[in-house]
Amino acid sequence: MANKGWDEFEIGAMLRSFDGKAADVIAETHQEDRNYSASNSFTASVADWRILKPVFNKDFCIDCQFCWVYCPDMSIISRDKKMVGVDMDHCKGCGICVEVCPTNPKSLLMFDEHVDEETEIAQWPAKDEEKK
Amino acid sequence: MAFDKMELRDVEVWDGNMAASQAMRQAQIDVVAAYPITPSTPVVENYAGFLANNYVEGEFVMVESEHAAMSGCIGAAAAGGRVATATSSQGFALMVETLYQASGMRLPIVLNVVNRALAAPLNVNGDHSDMYLGRDSGWIQFDAYCPQDVYDLNLIAFKVSEDHDVRLPAMVHQDGFMTSHTAQGVSTLDDDTAYGFVGEYKPMNDMLDFDHPVTHGVQTEEDWHFEHKARQHNDLMTKVFPKIQSAFDEFEKLTGRKYNMVESYDMDDADVAVVCMGTSVETAREVATEMRSKGVKAGVVGLRVVRPFPFMEVAEALKGAKAIAALDRSSPNGAPGMLFNELAGAMYNLETRPMISGYVYGLGGRDLTKVHLTDLYNELQANVDAGKILTPLQQFIGVRGPKLSFL
Ligand code: SF4
Ligand code: SF4
Repeated sequence: MANKGWDEFEIGAMLRSFDGKAADVIAETHQEDRNYSASNSFTASVADWRILKPVFNKDFCIDCQFCWVYCPDMSIISRDKKMVGVDMDHCKGCGICVEVCPTNPKSLLMFDEHVDEETEIAQWPAKDEEKK
Repeated sequence: MAFDKMELRDVEVWDGNMAASQAMRQAQIDVVAAYPITPSTPVVENYAGFLANNYVEGEFVMVESEHAAMSGCIGAAAAGGRVATATSSQGFALMVETLYQASGMRLPIVLNVVNRALAAPLNVNGDHSDMYLGRDSGWIQFDAYCPQDVYDLNLIAFKVSEDHDVRLPAMVHQDGFMTSHTAQGVSTLDDDTAYGFVGEYKPMNDMLDFDHPVTHGVQTEEDWHFEHKARQHNDLMTKVFPKIQSAFDEFEKLTGRKYNMVESYDMDDADVAVVCMGTSVETAREVATEMRSKGVKAGVVGLRVVRPFPFMEVAEALKGAKAIAALDRSSPNGAPGMLFNELAGAMYNLETRPMISGYVYGLGGRDLTKVHLTDLYNELQANVDAGKILTPLQQFIGVRGPKLSFL
């Protein structure tokens, strides 16, 4: 890609996401193992966009997969329908996953980018009393 | 669900809008996304009627603006459908942002532009302001002079636009009201023949190919933007002309109707020539014939393809002329007029460099009459006799009030 001449690339302001067929690959291969094409943005990190980062606390998680469904950047890592954590290379820190997390207290919370995760998890908030 | 064929007479009485709708029907479009605007509304209205009465199998998407209409067309084309729509004037202006998306994404879409003035002042009548507005948008632009041309050029536009080497969207222009609302006899093709000419649509890299997913309309910045634009421009300037020519040739074989990228009329030995577009070409031809009977060697050059600008053919057609009038039907707003500039650009390096003067005419639906053209030919002949241009660089035909001319 990088060294192609002006008349060598495929026309149409379009990029192929994968080399070869994709249907099986997407269904059966984990994100990190897929045969991405050179033009796929998988290798481009957006971690430096974040000011706040989502921190995952598995103690409260019910594996509802809401965060996985709603993350606009496919940055929630889920294995066998279990929430595993956040792909910190591609998470841009928008906070949507935290917004949709239904547990009480939330299993995902936004913290300053520079905080040490273990410290925050140790101080995780208590359950909110239900408002009457 | 199968759709019904329409039985057409060999010659139907159609206005330009109906001619466009019928060609769209015969091409069996998958998606039309449209917003109504005078004078192009009937193009999609007729098409909706065909759809409602089972003469086409497709989708009609009613949207909230022309911007959304072209956006819908772009989405449908990227998804692999044959797509067309229509617009005019302000609606065209609203589409402009998306026109560049369509051409940059190399999506074959056919847009019928029924030419109309741009406000202000508000005006629903014809001129070429919208055609000129689209000229750098990367679309192929065909120009029809009458309903017959509209019908034929629509079929040709699909064929050229969808060619896999080209894959660029195409506009078919016709003059608002003068062509769009004036019914004439139009020779037709039967449905099978017309569809056979256009051919089955074979999409390339459609986004609904789940095995080979693609991202459309990607961001490139300085890394790749220039290459995309250079490629697009190069394809327009080198690949489109031969494809248009072969489509014209094939169409002539099929119908006997011959189209040329540049339509020369009585140009072989012409001293004076008028260069124009749209309905004025036919008027100019009539006046040229009259001038010939008075001993003036008059000719007409009509542009059939506005973009890519057929500069070689234009120069070739005009190289023998001594004085040329470029007729621009758009307010040039700060320049000598597009056609004047481009003619000058095409002819400056010719050994026999003819005199070129610019005329602005017909804005907002103002008539261009035979009297105007007779005067114009006489002015050109006077230039020839004097061996120099006696008139201002730019003049306005038929404008009231003090004479407005430039230089
Ligand atoms: S913060 Fe936004 S981008 Fe990051 S994981 Fe959550 S939803 Fe995805
Ligand atoms: S939304 Fe919250 S509870 Fe549901 S899977 Fe994600 S982290 Fe766990």
